Amino acid sequence: MESWKDNPRVFWILALPGTFWLLCFFLLPLGIIWLMSFGEKTSITDVAITGTLANYLRAFDPVYLQILWKSIWVSGLATALCLLVAYPVAFAICFAPARWKPLLLLLVILPFWINLLIRTYALIAVFRTNGFVNYGLAFVYDLVGLSALLGPFQPLQLLYNDFAVIAGLVYVYMPFMVLPLYATIERLDRSYLEASLDLGASQSRTFLSVTLPLTMPGVVSGIILVFIPCLGSFLTPDLLGGANAVMIGNVIERQFKAANDWPFGGALSFLLMYATFFALAARSALAGRKSGMEL
Amino acid sequence: MSSFRPRFLPNRRHILGGGASALVGLTFLPRFAMSEEEKKLNFYNWDTYIGETTLADFNKATGIEVKMDLYADNDELFAKLKEGNPGYDVIVPTNDYVERMIKAGMLVPIDHAKIPNMSNIDKKFQDAAFDPGRKHSIPYMWGTLGIGYRKSKSDGVIDSWKVLLDSDKFAGKLSLLGDAQNVIGCTLKYLGHSFNTTDPAQIKEAEELLIKQKKNVKVFADDNGQDLLASGEVDACMEWNGDIIQVMKEDKDLAYAVPTEGTLLWQDCVCIPKGAPHPENAHMFLNFILDAENGKNIADTIQYATANAAAKALMGKEYQDNPAIFPPEEIIAKCEPGIYVGEEAIKIRDEAWTRIQAA
Repeated sequence: MESWKDNPRVFWILALPGTFWLLCFFLLPLGIIWLMSFGEKTSITDVAITGTLANYLRAFDPVYLQILWKSIWVSGLATALCLLVAYPVAFAICFAPARWKPLLLLLVILPFWINLLIRTYALIAVFRTNGFVNYGLAFVYDLVGLSALLGPFQPLQLLYNDFAVIAGLVYVYMPFMVLPLYATIERLDRSYLEASLDLGASQSRTFLSVTLPLTMPGVVSGIILVFIPCLGSFLTPDLLGGANAVMIGNVIERQFKAANDWPFGGALSFLLMYATFFALAARSALAGRKSGMEL
Repeated sequence: MSSFRPRFLPNRRHILGGGASALVGLTFLPRFAMSEEEKKLNFYNWDTYIGETTLADFNKATGIEVKMDLYADNDELFAKLKEGNPGYDVIVPTNDYVERMIKAGMLVPIDHAKIPNMSNIDKKFQDAAFDPGRKHSIPYMWGTLGIGYRKSKSDGVIDSWKVLLDSDKFAGKLSLLGDAQNVIGCTLKYLGHSFNTTDPAQIKEAEELLIKQKKNVKVFADDNGQDLLASGEVDACMEWNGDIIQVMKEDKDLAYAVPTEGTLLWQDCVCIPKGAPHPENAHMFLNFILDAENGKNIADTIQYATANAAAKALMGKEYQDNPAIFPPEEIIAKCEPGIYVGEEAIKIRDEAWTRIQAA
């Protein structure tokens, strides 16, 4: 392959827009928030960068750690559910007739055409006490005549609890799990599966010892792509969650708005980011030891 | 619900607008034309908070074209203007934010000589503690924070914060607002303290009561308590009076009560933010909405209590004598306006709020 050094001018011209974008709209704002996390508020609108660590120390207060821990397990559970649902879906798409594939993939990404906020509001209409789920259940309930036996239908409380938050997260981030899984399963050499079955391995054995390890890179990217945005989400718990729904994203959002405490908000954001980097580094270290496994 | 967008970088609108007007100035316009403002006004307002035809009427009267953007809460407004005005001429902050913005030097003094209709303002609102002499703000609407409830689900009259804050009467079927200042403030009021206290011990007391009550709370609703109430999701909620009055029109089973312990008395004001590109037009707009007929049209649409006495006089009895819009004087006497409590007290309340949420 041609090295970029052969034609540096073309390389720089092509790289310029991307670099500019990354610098101005990613690294620079992030850098300002990072600096601010070492600052103190001096008035309603001003922050002085003093190099203080007070914001980080405050973030280690048990109440924030407790919220962080809750965010981690909610995100973890949502990611696991995404994986459980997405794996068979991705598999089905891969093994579907070729002419169906584009349509099925389109269906997976179709929700992206609608704004996240609107989709979340739609979920409210689905889950609420007088929503579509309860409406459907009540219809079936009356149809089979249970109301004569057990009294009138009691609507399920589906909204404003942890169930709703996790369902919302799974719904929103499902495509991020399906797409990387689809990409790796598609590349899977099917002759391995045939060989495994020919050599007497059962279906489940083939799945566990051949398919799963070979599609592991897709699983790992899917987990990363779902878990990280889940961890930072604030809109879903805000709209669907109940009195206990607060996640670390909500606390951070509040620091930038109602509490007007950008330095502390910056510190919380960066702690979340450090934790994510740490997890990613640990993962690549583990993968490196096992070797040969590419992301 | 709004997402946060940092405002550190030079704003695109600024660059484009500034660049474009510089070009226009250089090329087409003779010097004298620059003194006349272009016929535009950028209005930053709450949703459903202006008369149905007000902006069109203003355009008809003055030829000025109004572009209106919407915000959902004062924090959004404040965060957006904090790093520099992105081009708004008129904003509508609530009294404590007016105070905060005056302290931060974010508002332009209003030239009263250009607003003869100021004489239409109700005497009570001609002056204000948060803005002495009304130098920076014109009162727009005022109201209370109270209890919206479903009559058929709440045998008896609801008139106390107790049902929301210290009882299991509506267990699992009640919602409180989603922000620290107001929820903690009302709890303080119920406990007999000031809405605006900065005493950490009193705030702690409110925090403990709210943590105890939390098992009965279905949701801390940001600003949709009236929808939850109307859809039967909750039977009682803490909400702004105008929001409840709007759903009461559609559902006769709903009611609004101002708690006898007293509550927050809020006042939204029309202000001109620093850096407004069309201050002359902004003054004309302020004068226009203070006109009796125009003020009446606004009050007619949004059903909040207007601070415009001349406009109120033109409204029907149904509006003037509605206790949900204009509570009786003896209850108003117990209410307090929210004041800007200072950054330290805001932090104490925010930390208490985080503990309540996490408990």
